[in-house]
Amino acid sequence: MRNESDSRFFAAPRPLPARAPARPRLDSRHLPFMVTLGLFGVMFGAGSIAFDGFFSLQVFLNLFIDNAFLLIAAVGMTFVIISGGIDLSVGSVTALTTMVLAYLVENRGWSPALVIPLVLLMGATIGLIHGFVIQYFSLQPFIVTLAGMFLARGLCYLISVDSIAISHPFFTDISAIRYPLPFETSVSVNVVMALGVLLGAVYLAHSTRLGRTLYAIGGSEQSALLMGLPVARTKIFVYTFSGFCSALAGIAFTFYMLSGYGLHAQGMEMDAIAAVVVGGTLLTGGAGHVLGTLVGVLIYGTIQTLIMFEGSLSSWWTKIVIGLLLLVFCLLQKVLARAPARQGSTRAARQDTAQPHSISSPIEQTAQAGG
Amino acid sequence: MSAATKSPEASRASESLRALVRGRLFWPLVTLALLLSFNLVFNTHFFSITVRDGHLYGSLIDILNRAAPLMIVAMGLTLVIATHGIDISVGAVVAISGAVAATLIGGQLTPGGGAPEAAGHPMPLVIIAALGVAMALGMWNGALISFFGMQPIIATLILLVAGRGVAQLITGGQIITIYHTPYFFIGNGFFAGLPFSLFIVTAVLLFLLVLTRRTALGLFIEAVGLNPVAARFAGVRARAITFWAYAFCGLCAGIAGLIISSNVKSADGNNAGLLFELDAILAVVLGGTSLNGGRFTLVGSVLGALIIQTLTTTIYSVGVPPEVTLVVKAAVVFLVSILQSDRVRDRITSMGKLGEAL
Repeated sequence: MRNESDSRFFAAPRPLPARAPARPRLDSRHLPFMVTLGLFGVMFGAGSIAFDGFFSLQVFLNLFIDNAFLLIAAVGMTFVIISGGIDLSVGSVTALTTMVLAYLVENRGWSPALVIPLVLLMGATIGLIHGFVIQYFSLQPFIVTLAGMFLARGLCYLISVDSIAISHPFFTDISAIRYPLPFETSVSVNVVMALGVLLGAVYLAHSTRLGRTLYAIGGSEQSALLMGLPVARTKIFVYTFSGFCSALAGIAFTFYMLSGYGLHAQGMEMDAIAAVVVGGTLLTGGAGHVLGTLVGVLIYGTIQTLIMFEGSLSSWWTKIVIGLLLLVFCLLQKVLARAPARQGSTRAARQDTAQPHSISSPIEQTAQAGG
Repeated sequence: MSAATKSPEASRASESLRALVRGRLFWPLVTLALLLSFNLVFNTHFFSITVRDGHLYGSLIDILNRAAPLMIVAMGLTLVIATHGIDISVGAVVAISGAVAATLIGGQLTPGGGAPEAAGHPMPLVIIAALGVAMALGMWNGALISFFGMQPIIATLILLVAGRGVAQLITGGQIITIYHTPYFFIGNGFFAGLPFSLFIVTAVLLFLLVLTRRTALGLFIEAVGLNPVAARFAGVRARAITFWAYAFCGLCAGIAGLIISSNVKSADGNNAGLLFELDAILAVVLGGTSLNGGRFTLVGSVLGALIIQTLTTTIYSVGVPPEVTLVVKAAVVFLVSILQSDRVRDRITSMGKLGEAL
């Protein structure tokens, strides 16, 4: 689609409008992240002014403790979204993990040392299958992971329709562990796990060859193929990684809730997508930073904390506010994506005025083509 | 080569057979027929239809009645998908429409079954309000997508996330019970022996068929779905068409919301229409409309919705635990989408050519 519309403009006798210089482009891509960070500061600051006891290190750390599983899943989702795909199976794979863990440990008496690697393998395998089907049958990620979502939820109910409480000492012990920090604060094992995943993902996405391939695929899969990058392998890896993260999120969820249940983490994939988008990653792929996802999750947590402190507001306000934030960030990204094109060469501007319907930015093109 | 040596009749027969197989309604019909024949063998009561109080009763009628909301939403979604878009907010719109209707109609519980319960507001007003809100939400989606150029999946994701919150806001986070008896007619009533909801489905289907197949609108929608830029250059008002496709999809979700809330006699902001968008997309895909836009079949989507409901009812009536439904659904999605993929299609076509050459 993109190539077709491109060739339409390329056919004009004028040479191609020069691409906007690299620097302002780079800046405009980092701007959503800056805005996100600023927004988090403003929200946390506003909460600190409005409520006594809001401004404390422990409240801040609780954002991590209560959302560690979401952060883990969202990191995997970030990779998928940067590659230009989507993974709808995240929440249900998380639920399936809690269910398998609870069933094998409680009802079958298996050792956690055996079960934990097993569920991680299971999550990665589900992701691997998604990636394989998406790549080799060139199907839409949306439909494939949708099927995976049905499958994982269905498997949960096949194991048990009821919640299975976990009383195994390994899990109760770990969920009770608090690592002390200065000022009489502490964090849980989940936080350490989530930050470990986050740091690993930052390294993987921003300092390795795989990360560069990932961004190239998200920018334009066709170009990445022509450049000779390992597109198939990377795309399959991305879904495998997301499946692995979902399973890890499930383990964190089990430590947090101490139960396995088919209804756990319902709609978590949407929370994760929202966190990724609010974190400044483009849903069209090719742009974004893994650290943005961290801030996205923190904003999500801050909204919940604000509503909790306010007391009179109900939990559904979280959803409405997250929806509004999504709207603001998507519009912001659209405006930012257009800005360099406007400041660009006069030739580009002339072409814009000559053809009022012409599509000016590459992001808009993918917006028309993708989805 | 050797095809030429075949008798003309045989080649004509194989030609028409191939045309039948290639027809977009072929696979949905085969799937539905397979499901029904499975029931014919394993489930003797399945095809029995009895008349009670002048109404028809039976599994088949039940399937039609229960599939009604899904059929309507799938039709609206078909138009959106035909423009190369997607609407994942239909479930939330279903919840909002039901919440609006239930809150406005209210009614009081009269103990001992006294006089008909009074409605909070007149029913036509309530229906118009609920449908108006639903259509406005569809227009909101349409505006974001066609005028702000947002990706359909993100634009509708916003409403998917916020919409359920809005529905809970309207109902105050409670399940609102409806006591106004005339309202129950929409989802539970019978007209001329058949469920009333079926007449709504038929009306929507006929309206859309006339609109898309008797006017050029269907062609325009397909043009927009194939290549919006080319369509715009050809003089098709691509933005307006995209906008109204989403608006209509919202309206369809609103109708479904009315039927569902009337059927269960309550509105639940949290759970009404949960995962409905996924079922609706599945119905459209099962019906043979490609998610890549461009070509669509409304009848196929109706068949797709019927396949999903027949599958669910079959699983229940055979005595398999309902938990299996989701797993079976997943298997069906995988199978159908793989069969629809270009790679498999190419393989089948090349196999056909091979067979001809032999």
